[in-house]
Amino acid sequence: MSDYDSIIIGAGHNGLVCAAYLARAGQKVLLLESAEAPGGLAANREFHPGFKTSVAHVVNHFSDRIASDLKLARYGFEGSSNVTLVTGLGREGRHVTVDGHSVTGVEQGDAEAYRRFAAQMRRFADALKPFWLKTIPRAAPGKWSDMSTFARIGLKLRLLGKDDMREFMRVAALPARDLVDENFDSELLKAVLCWDGLIGSKMAPRSPNNAVLPMLYRTAQGQSGTPGSLIEALQASARAAGVEIRTGTTVDRILVNPGQDGLVAEGVILAGGEHIHASRVVSSADPKTTFIGLAGIDNLEIQFTNRIRRLRCDGFVAKLHLALNGLPEFTGLDRLNGRLLIAPTMNDIEFAFDHAKYGEYPPEPVMEIVIPSLQDASLAPQEKHVLSAHVMYVPYRPKGGWNKQAKAALYERIIERLSGYAPGIRDQIIHAELLTPAELERDYRVSGGHWHHAEFALDQMLMMRPTYEAAQYSTPLPGLYLCGAGCHPGGDLTGAPGHNAAREILR
Amino acid sequence: MSTNDPYAGERLKLSPFYPRASVLNIREAWSAWNGYKFAEYYYDAEYEYFCVRNQCATYDICPMQKYLVKGRDAEAMLNRMVTRDITKLKLNRVTYVVWCTDEGRLVDDGTIFKLASDEFMLTCGSSCIAWLRMSTYGFDEVNVFDVTDDIAALSFQGPTSCAVLKEMGLEGIEQAKPFDILRFPFHGDTLMVSRTGFTGDLGYELWISPGLALELWDELYSAGEDYGIQPFGEAATNMARLEAGFIMPDMEFNEALKTVHFEHDQTPFELNLGWLVDFSKPHFNGRRALLEEKKRGPKYTLTRLDIEGNKPAEGSYLYGDRNCKKKEIGYVTSAMWSPAVKANIALAMIRTDCLQGEIWAEIYYEKELRHYQKVARCTVKDKPFWSPPRARATPPPDY
Repeated sequence: MSDYDSIIIGAGHNGLVCAAYLARAGQKVLLLESAEAPGGLAANREFHPGFKTSVAHVVNHFSDRIASDLKLARYGFEGSSNVTLVTGLGREGRHVTVDGHSVTGVEQGDAEAYRRFAAQMRRFADALKPFWLKTIPRAAPGKWSDMSTFARIGLKLRLLGKDDMREFMRVAALPARDLVDENFDSELLKAVLCWDGLIGSKMAPRSPNNAVLPMLYRTAQGQSGTPGSLIEALQASARAAGVEIRTGTTVDRILVNPGQDGLVAEGVILAGGEHIHASRVVSSADPKTTFIGLAGIDNLEIQFTNRIRRLRCDGFVAKLHLALNGLPEFTGLDRLNGRLLIAPTMNDIEFAFDHAKYGEYPPEPVMEIVIPSLQDASLAPQEKHVLSAHVMYVPYRPKGGWNKQAKAALYERIIERLSGYAPGIRDQIIHAELLTPAELERDYRVSGGHWHHAEFALDQMLMMRPTYEAAQYSTPLPGLYLCGAGCHPGGDLTGAPGHNAAREILR
Repeated sequence: MSTNDPYAGERLKLSPFYPRASVLNIREAWSAWNGYKFAEYYYDAEYEYFCVRNQCATYDICPMQKYLVKGRDAEAMLNRMVTRDITKLKLNRVTYVVWCTDEGRLVDDGTIFKLASDEFMLTCGSSCIAWLRMSTYGFDEVNVFDVTDDIAALSFQGPTSCAVLKEMGLEGIEQAKPFDILRFPFHGDTLMVSRTGFTGDLGYELWISPGLALELWDELYSAGEDYGIQPFGEAATNMARLEAGFIMPDMEFNEALKTVHFEHDQTPFELNLGWLVDFSKPHFNGRRALLEEKKRGPKYTLTRLDIEGNKPAEGSYLYGDRNCKKKEIGYVTSAMWSPAVKANIALAMIRTDCLQGEIWAEIYYEKELRHYQKVARCTVKDKPFWSPPRARATPPPDY
């Protein structure tokens, strides 16, 4: 006897997307969220009276198709197809800005090279784009319909033409540094172009295991906008479709009962002890939390559990939120729109990573800065602003663990680094919040504090994401599905995992 | 071994019984098992086999892997790992179990001893510590200890075995039912005796701390002198277990975790061990895959064969027709002329769909350097070849 067709655990953006699709298909859907408001890492949260922001601070490739299916524009998400500007902050105010088509602030040669490079990357990204919204079939002797997805990938690449296809095959698994070194002279431009292949992951420019696919994933054309408006719109769309959303409701575990052919997930047990029954449970929590924390290893197979155990999901990004008494002034920069990078060279990124690799936090962190209050005035009181920064690389488990002194020392290094580019910023700070990966894990219930729930790398991608037997959104436990960033295609605010999971459930 | 031995770490370990066993290993017929120096036979394999069947004999099982699984979650952890329902196992009882991969392929077989409500001993033929560690992941209170080197164990098998243990002073041993565990004071320590074995006959296994291994050996051999006690090695064990229809790794099955080729490992159903798979348990490793296989029926079934003639069908291919013209239907995994049963017996993997038809073995044999081939008719046997009532009787008949 089921109270609902589907219970979705976690009202992050993927949970919302999945819930909305299921409800639109006629299902009775309950969406449960532990926090007081939906949105997960994209939820706006007041970190100081009057100052709000979200951990995920940009939307730059949300799926057009999902936005249109769920009528997000009608519900207030004014997505734009413009690429968010990225500005690499240079020393003495000599900055480099890219917009996805052209670059300013570099020599003529690099500018021309960038036009060619960007066009080619866009062609690659366009070829891959359809597959972010597909279920990647099992890599096993299977059905012909499964094989057709592989055939289509092959065909898409072949249709790039011989030269592009060969180039794609050559660069697909290159370290980020090798790719940009081949094309450009400007150190700053190279660092800027690396960034999207690395952010959120345990990789630096020289790391093997794949920076190019994340770059192409993020190059895919989509909607850009603010996380706040996206979450609002998704929520409104889901509610309009009939989704029942319960916030402040923590799921203690998934209700698993013996069925005719073995165990079946039949609902959830809330922290207060309440049982809610459903025909299926869909988890947008990360795979480790879902399987080990909620489903329970004694309900799962031994080898499967151990594959989940060794998923790589230690986060390497800390989050800085500053409440400022005015707009910060960056040397030589008139407009603070888009993303600002403090990563002057690829070596700076690499050296910051080297420290984190060995459990230290870097003396000179690299970071991506956004001033969210420029796009959404409601995030700060009038005349005041919010600065949001992703700081890399900050280990989840530093040597000696996290404590007050360690955090204070890291904070000091970040502000020192920031002051090098925005000299007056220290005096503008009303309040500061620094969240380490360990705190992100605690506050947002995401294993390792990892943005993508599981490292976005070749061994955990496509039909290996999060691991085989759970890579097609269903899991070895009948009735339990995944719909979060730990599934194909992965993290960032795209909506794709939620969309793909709903399609598999409705199949 | 001198400390400057450059191969010290590579040398075979010696069992605590080695000082006595080595004296009796007249033929110096040593091989190795799990890093221990281990007797293939002592004097003559057939002689030792006859001792097992007609008198009594000891088999050194120190190299067998032994693990203590302890803690509040020990039962739950083992119950998820093996296909049988361990919650039904009573205190001081032993049970034979198999455990499988997620895909329902056999990892290994062994026995579980319930020593306390939160303490079990698991024994098996080859190391499975990595698998046990994987299986404990996620349980809060369970610890696994490899106690292989901390327990000396001797398998004591044969019709006169119970009489010898009585002679040795183990009062009440005759009341032990098959798979019972009993404990006796022994030189200030405890001697654990289980009525278990690998010969399909009356027999016991004796478990003692290594420091008292020689005392145990001496008292047993002294008590057994008039009962024909003799050590036996791997060769005689292999004969006895085949008559009993027990499976051996690398003969009847490949351990799934060590198998390279797809499905060159086996399932419990293929090994005719379906009775060990308890689907009334809501979950255990491989359950879903095994349930599917049960519904579908196993591709192969391990079958006992009685083969005409007296030429052991070792390594034979099996056919459904006398001319061996059609595609083969299976292969022999173990074969021997059984002196006790007086029959040419074998275990064979046969395609389940061919079990009802005729079965013919293509046997190659050698006579004084000349090779010969014959085709022999095979008959399927439902019961073990050797299963005397005394193996199950309590008390067992006295001698």
